[in-house]
Amino acid sequence: MSTTVILFTILSIGAIASGISLVTRRNPVSAAMSLIVHFFMLAGLYLTLQAQFVAIIQILVYAGAIMVLVIFVIMLLNLGKEENLTEKFSMRTTLALALGGLFVVQFLTAFLGKKTGMNALPEKSMSIGTTEGIGNVLFTQYLFPFEAISLLLLAAIVGSILLAKRKHEAS
Amino acid sequence: MSSIIDLILGFLSEHIDALILLAKIGLIVNGLLMAAAYLVYFERKISAWAHNRIGPNRVGPLGLFQSFADVFKLYLKEDIIPTLADKKFHFIAPIISIGVAMAVYAVIPFGDSFMVGNKEIFLSVAPGINIGLLFVLSMSSVGVYGITLAGWSSNNKYSLLGGLRSAAQMISYELSMGLSLIGVLMLAGSLDLTTIVHAQSGGKWNIFLQPLAFIIFLVASFAETNRTPFDLPEAEPELVGGYHTEYSGMKFGLFFLAEYANMVTASAMMVLLFLGGWEMPGLYEALGLPAGSPLIAAVQFGVFVAKLVPILFFFIWVRWSLPRFRYDQLMNLGWKVMLPLALANIVITGIVMTILKHYGIM
Amino acid sequence: MIDLYIPLIIMVAVGGLFGLSNVILAEVLGPRRTKTKTKLSIYECGMEPITSARERFSVKFYMVAMLFILFDIEIVFMYPWAVQFKVLGTTGLIAMGLFMLLLFAGFIYVIKKGALKWD
Repeated sequence: MSTTVILFTILSIGAIASGISLVTRRNPVSAAMSLIVHFFMLAGLYLTLQAQFVAIIQILVYAGAIMVLVIFVIMLLNLGKEENLTEKFSMRTTLALALGGLFVVQFLTAFLGKKTGMNALPEKSMSIGTTEGIGNVLFTQYLFPFEAISLLLLAAIVGSILLAKRKHEAS
Repeated sequence: MSSIIDLILGFLSEHIDALILLAKIGLIVNGLLMAAAYLVYFERKISAWAHNRIGPNRVGPLGLFQSFADVFKLYLKEDIIPTLADKKFHFIAPIISIGVAMAVYAVIPFGDSFMVGNKEIFLSVAPGINIGLLFVLSMSSVGVYGITLAGWSSNNKYSLLGGLRSAAQMISYELSMGLSLIGVLMLAGSLDLTTIVHAQSGGKWNIFLQPLAFIIFLVASFAETNRTPFDLPEAEPELVGGYHTEYSGMKFGLFFLAEYANMVTASAMMVLLFLGGWEMPGLYEALGLPAGSPLIAAVQFGVFVAKLVPILFFFIWVRWSLPRFRYDQLMNLGWKVMLPLALANIVITGIVMTILKHYGIM
Repeated sequence: MIDLYIPLIIMVAVGGLFGLSNVILAEVLGPRRTKTKTKLSIYECGMEPITSARERFSVKFYMVAMLFILFDIEIVFMYPWAVQFKVLGTTGLIAMGLFMLLLFAGFIYVIKKGALKWD
């Protein structure tokens, strides 16, 4: 148990620190790299919950694939002097602050309402988190959502090509 | 009184685990450095033979210490960071590259476990991990950042193009690499590399059962490690040095080391996934040693290395024999040939396995 | 379970520290000679560098990254299937066959639209 607590402490501090770094960096590449560090921390947190497959997928898909696209987009757009981009205080920022505040209140009530401390993980969680466990339920119990995902991905493929192709031909 | 002794013993045994881990990591890191050093040496020697030259022969007998001299030289070189470069990422990029290349070795097993007293010692740093194979894949996909950041942060056109080409090439071939592994996983039923090796025992090597997957994996490995004929990222006549044009001294050395470490990783993966790892039909029975003996582990490691070396030689041989692809050819091969072939391999494997199961053969 | 992963986490840390220590060691051991403007400029085959390297580049790289994500996600779904294939049997084969059919349809669309055409 103690190893889990130590790891959880280190990883959550790392996750919060990289999260703060992500929103405060002016340089978009720095922000993207903070996000990658954050994903690694999240993967570690999943490990402490015995979700091994989800942990590695967090790195493989989020840190390894999606962030490559983000980095590419940052480089593709190349905003130039990113540090000079400042936001004016507008309707949108007010709304964002209000919603953010609401979230903090919600989070605090949820957090304070619960009893603190960690519960021991149920015995079952060990077998659920493995690749075999995921495969077992995904292709029997959740077969329909799984097939639906393929449609969703097909739509995403078509959509991304439509968008990129249009811009490509216009230029 | 006895409880104190128990406490001390418990404390010691905890320390013994930590010490064993430390020793393993030390062995892996040093072994990797030695392997990379001699790989560079053999690369230069083999290229010399291919060119009808002599190759390195000054430092030590037959030039055997050439690589070490090179490393010391790199330490003593001035580190030049261009004024226009992004200092932070210029610094971080080589560290990402080498860090990721080394981290992979945590899950690569070099043999079964052996017993010392009643302590079981595994021949890998982190044994029994359920997702071992995926860890290797995810680390290689994270390795893309080292190269992309190196290219971008240098603020040099050659570097940027090299980094971009490399990233696009690596992600394209990662797909066919990932797909080619599915067939192996279907046969082994696990992502743990040791289990995959055990599934190939008795000569049922995946190279015979999954020949197409092996070829796809081999080609994808060449592309992933940026080796000829896929060395577009550092195509000398077009891009000078590619993503590491603006790197000097040890930072360049780390990229170089990472490249060779990745080559060893790719070869080790081929041995583990397709060539039966340390399995050799009849060998261990013929030796007649008791199970769990350290000698068995040593022989297993020997078998592993004996399978690794020819693949490494093949990597070098190809580099000095084949010309480079054009970028459109490379992309076409990756997306339009390898990807459909890998998909077909999965379908064929699935159907054949189902039929065999129906007739009770598997 | 988490104990199995501690060596893994340590190894990742060791890899990072190895890189960091080597870069720092080289900085300590290496000479610090005078740095001139020419020496610290970007290499461009001996010419004065013209324009910045911070240019926008071809949308094709972006396309490749986008398609990579989508196909990578599809492959990720295949890992649990492949591992459990012997257990799932024919049902699993049909389920994945349907999934792969749609994946292949998407792939054909990508090829036909010429999204991966490099010219």
